[in-house]
Amino acid sequence: MTPGKTSLAAIKAALFLLCLTPGFLLWRGLEMDSLGANPIETLTRSTGEWTLRFLLITLMVTPLRKFTGWHWILRLRRMLGLFAFAYASAHLTTYVWLDQFFDWEAMARDILKRPFVTIGFVALLLMVPLAATSSNFAIRQLGGRRWQALHRAIYPIVLLGCVHFWWLVKKDITWPLIYTAIAIALLGLRAWWRELERRKQVAGGYLPQQPKFAGKVIKIFAR
Amino acid sequence: MLIRHPDDILPSEITTPRLYQERRRFMSLAGGMALAGILPAGTAHASPASLGPILKSPLSTSEGQTPFKAVTTYNNYYELGTDKEDPAQNTYRLKTSPWTVRVEGLVNKPRTFGIEEILKLVPLEERIYRMRCVEGWSMVIPWVGIPLATLLKLADPQGSARFVEFVSHYDKGTMTRGVLDWPYNEALRLDEARHPLTLLAVGLYGELLPIQNGAPLRLVVPWKYGFKSGKSIVAIRLTEKQPVTAWMKAGPSEYGFYSNVNPEVDHPRWSQATERRIGEFSKRKTLMFNGYADQVASLYSGMDLRRNF
Repeated sequence: MTPGKTSLAAIKAALFLLCLTPGFLLWRGLEMDSLGANPIETLTRSTGEWTLRFLLITLMVTPLRKFTGWHWILRLRRMLGLFAFAYASAHLTTYVWLDQFFDWEAMARDILKRPFVTIGFVALLLMVPLAATSSNFAIRQLGGRRWQALHRAIYPIVLLGCVHFWWLVKKDITWPLIYTAIAIALLGLRAWWRELERRKQVAGGYLPQQPKFAGKVIKIFAR
Repeated sequence: MLIRHPDDILPSEITTPRLYQERRRFMSLAGGMALAGILPAGTAHASPASLGPILKSPLSTSEGQTPFKAVTTYNNYYELGTDKEDPAQNTYRLKTSPWTVRVEGLVNKPRTFGIEEILKLVPLEERIYRMRCVEGWSMVIPWVGIPLATLLKLADPQGSARFVEFVSHYDKGTMTRGVLDWPYNEALRLDEARHPLTLLAVGLYGELLPIQNGAPLRLVVPWKYGFKSGKSIVAIRLTEKQPVTAWMKAGPSEYGFYSNVNPEVDHPRWSQATERRIGEFSKRKTLMFNGYADQVASLYSGMDLRRNF
C-alpha cells in the first residue's frame, strides 16, 4: 500500500493540521480563559508533554514501518520530528516569557541549580542541530550516514525528556512512568534489531559458509 | 414555690440583640426586595451551606481575595486525585456526615467532638489569610473557623506533650491508593499549634468548606507551606516525640518538619524566592514566614532555619 503523489500530499496536509491541533486548542484556551486557575502552569505542562509525545510518535515511525511494511510513512517522520521541536520551542517560550518573564538571572540559577531544568535544557539544545539539519539539502551536505548518526541523538533526547518530566513531578509518577516505559520499549526494540542484525552477520559471515580451502591443509601443530 | 428552669441554653447560643436586629433588618429588606421583584426568587434564601454570623478578625489581610472558583477548582488533595482539577470532580468520594474528630494522646481530657459541636463551640471567625504552596503559587483565602488553641484547651494537654499530630481521613475503598503513605498526617510543635494564627477551619467565603478544600474540618497554618495544613481531620493527637509526617516519609530531603515559608531556603526542585499569586501574571517576591514574620518569627529565635527547613 503506497499512496500516490497527490494522496501523500493530502495525508501530509491532514497530518500537519492534526499536529497543530493541540497548540491551537491551547491558544484558544488561553484566549477564552479556560485553562484553569493557573493557565501559565497548564501551558508549560501541556507544551512539555506534547514535546515528549511527539518525540515518541517520531520514534514509532520506524517500528510501524517494519511491522506493517508501509515504507511510505517514513516520508512523514520529518514533520513529526519538527513538530516535537516546535512544541519544545513553545515550551521554552512559555518558560522564558510567561513563567519567568525574562528574568535571565533567575533562569540561569534555575538551569544551574535544579537538575530537572538542567536536563530539560540540555535535551532542548540537543534538538536544535537535528531541527537545523532536517532539509534534503542538509542530508546531501552531510551525507546519509553522517546525517543518520547525528539524528540518532533523538535517543538520548527522549530519555532526557523522560527524566526531565520524572524529576519535575512531586509524587505521582504515573505519567512519567508511562512515557518512560514507551520510550524504553521503542529504544529496546532498536537495540534488539541491532542484536539480531549482529547475529545474522555473525551467522551469515562465518558459520554457513565453510571456509574454502584452496590448497592443501597442513597440520601445523602435532599433538 | 421556686420553679427551676433547666439551664440548657449555652451563653454562646443566645443570639445577641445586635445580631437579632440585623437579621430582622435583613429579612424585612430581603422580603421587601423579593416582593418588589428586585431579587430573583432563587437568591432570596440563604444558601444551605451558610454558616450564619461570623466575626471579623484583626488577623485578616486586606489583600485582594482569590476568586471562589479558583480556590475551589485548583486543589492539592491527593486522596481525591493528584491533578489540580481532580479533587473538585471527585467530591463524591468523601462523605462528610456524620463526622467526628478525636482529641487524644497526652491530654487530661481526651474527647471526641462531633462536627456540629465544633461549629457551636465558640463564635466562628473569618480569617483572610495568604496561602503559599510549596510549588510556588499562592492565594488569599477568606477562611472561617476557630482557633485551634480553643480545642486544645478543652482537651487540657499534659505537661509532657510537645507536638500535635493531625490525621486526615482515609478510605481505601474510595480514595487514591499509593503515592503517599496513607492516612495523610501532619504535625506542629505545641507552641505553633497554640499560636493565635493557627486556625481550625470549617468554611471559606462564609460557607461550609467544600469537600475539595478539606471538608468538614481542616487546619490552616498560614506561615507554613500549604501541605502542613492537613485536610478532613479525624484525629488530633498530642505526643512527646516529633511525629514523622507523610511528606517527610515521602521525601526527607525535600520536606522538613517545619516547612516554614522561607524565600531563602529553596526546595530542590523549585526556587522559593518568588511565587505566582493565582490570577496574577507576574510573579511576586515571597515573604519570610509568608508575611507573618512579625507574629511568628519569635517561635524560631535561635534556630538555624536552613537546617530546620
